Amino acid sequence: MKNLISKTPRADQDIERLIGLQLRFGVITASLIVLIGGLIYLKQFGALAVPHYHSFTGTKAGYTSLGEIFKGVYAANAKGLIELGVVGLIITPILRIAFSLVGFIIEKDRLYIWITVTVLAIMMASIFGGLKI
Amino acid sequence: MTILTFTLILLGGAYVAGLVGSLTGLGGGVVVIPLLTLVFHVDIRYAIGAALLAAIANSSGAASAYVKEGITNIRLGMFLEIATTIGAVAGAVIAVYTPTNTIAILFGAILLFSAFMTIRKKNQEALAAGSNMALKLKLNSTYPAKDGEVVYQLKNVGAGFSIMTLAGVLSGLLGIGSGALKVLAMDSTMHIPFKVSTTTSNFMIGVTAAASAVIYLQRGYMDAGIAFPVVLGVLAGAFTGSKLLTRLDPKVLKYIFCLAISFVALEMIYNGYYHQF
Repeated sequence: MKNLISKTPRADQDIERLIGLQLRFGVITASLIVLIGGLIYLKQFGALAVPHYHSFTGTKAGYTSLGEIFKGVYAANAKGLIELGVVGLIITPILRIAFSLVGFIIEKDRLYIWITVTVLAIMMASIFGGLKI
Repeated sequence: MTILTFTLILLGGAYVAGLVGSLTGLGGGVVVIPLLTLVFHVDIRYAIGAALLAAIANSSGAASAYVKEGITNIRLGMFLEIATTIGAVAGAVIAVYTPTNTIAILFGAILLFSAFMTIRKKNQEALAAGSNMALKLKLNSTYPAKDGEVVYQLKNVGAGFSIMTLAGVLSGLLGIGSGALKVLAMDSTMHIPFKVSTTTSNFMIGVTAAASAVIYLQRGYMDAGIAFPVVLGVLAGAFTGSKLLTRLDPKVLKYIFCLAISFVALEMIYNGYYHQF
């Protein structure tokens, strides 16, 4: 049955398995980083009063760029670590698109190579397009 | 209240949100936003940031299992992701110009719609003859069932693509997966069997949410102190929910939760209308 859709069913299934593994690995790694950062955060700031979350401070709170986040991680800063996990979580589905692209290239599926490249291009525009305003 | 107490209560709340979201099929993020805004009086922008992260975590976690089983239609997902990611980026841009009260009202309306969608009748039948467009785009596929592979075809590709763009906009604007709209596009419009449409929708939510999440991260919507308990709580809750789902048929629970969530939705609309956000 699979042959109706794909000429190389084996490659198709292998890439599906790979995508499944990559998604799981990404979520587990990212959550572990968030957990470690969170525990340090609680140890350092747990006894302080809750910040005023009912007013939005936006970028003034920091950790809104990769540079800031890496600097925070390097200084073993709890919030920096949590945000690193956050970045890992966001990257997981983006990596998944890249894996699919590899799969379609192996299958020589021209149409879907283009479709996947389009989705990746939109993601890149979102990341580097300076759309934060 | 200290940060420790706040974190623990939020962790518990997020766990319940993930559990309810998983049992109803609404998704944890949808339940987390009213929890943060109505109960903890957190600014809706922080709530949206945290909910987006929860949506990505849930989608990626669950999708890994479905992809392995071969139910997810990866080509269909990839094709429709063009629509949802463009929509999501547009939604995140529109969000800057949208008053938070308007966002709250819109959120309530979508929540009501989603609750209605989860209890309606589902499309179980596979379409035997699809459209030319579906054939050209190689969207027809098969999925494994108890008695062998089920072959299905689909139609109304253009209409489905349009609804997906709208789903993307709402996802970017409100910080939710908007699974209900995705299922509406695939299930009701393109005539895809329910099992395929729900898993493919789930598969797509991560990419859709990531498209707007990168913009929100740069805007400072993702506060570490909120993101940490919400992501971990919702993930754990969703995991428990998926284990429970294999053992019990939560039909009655689904109705109760959907009714409860409808009241929450009305509360969001009411508060938004009276400028409480």
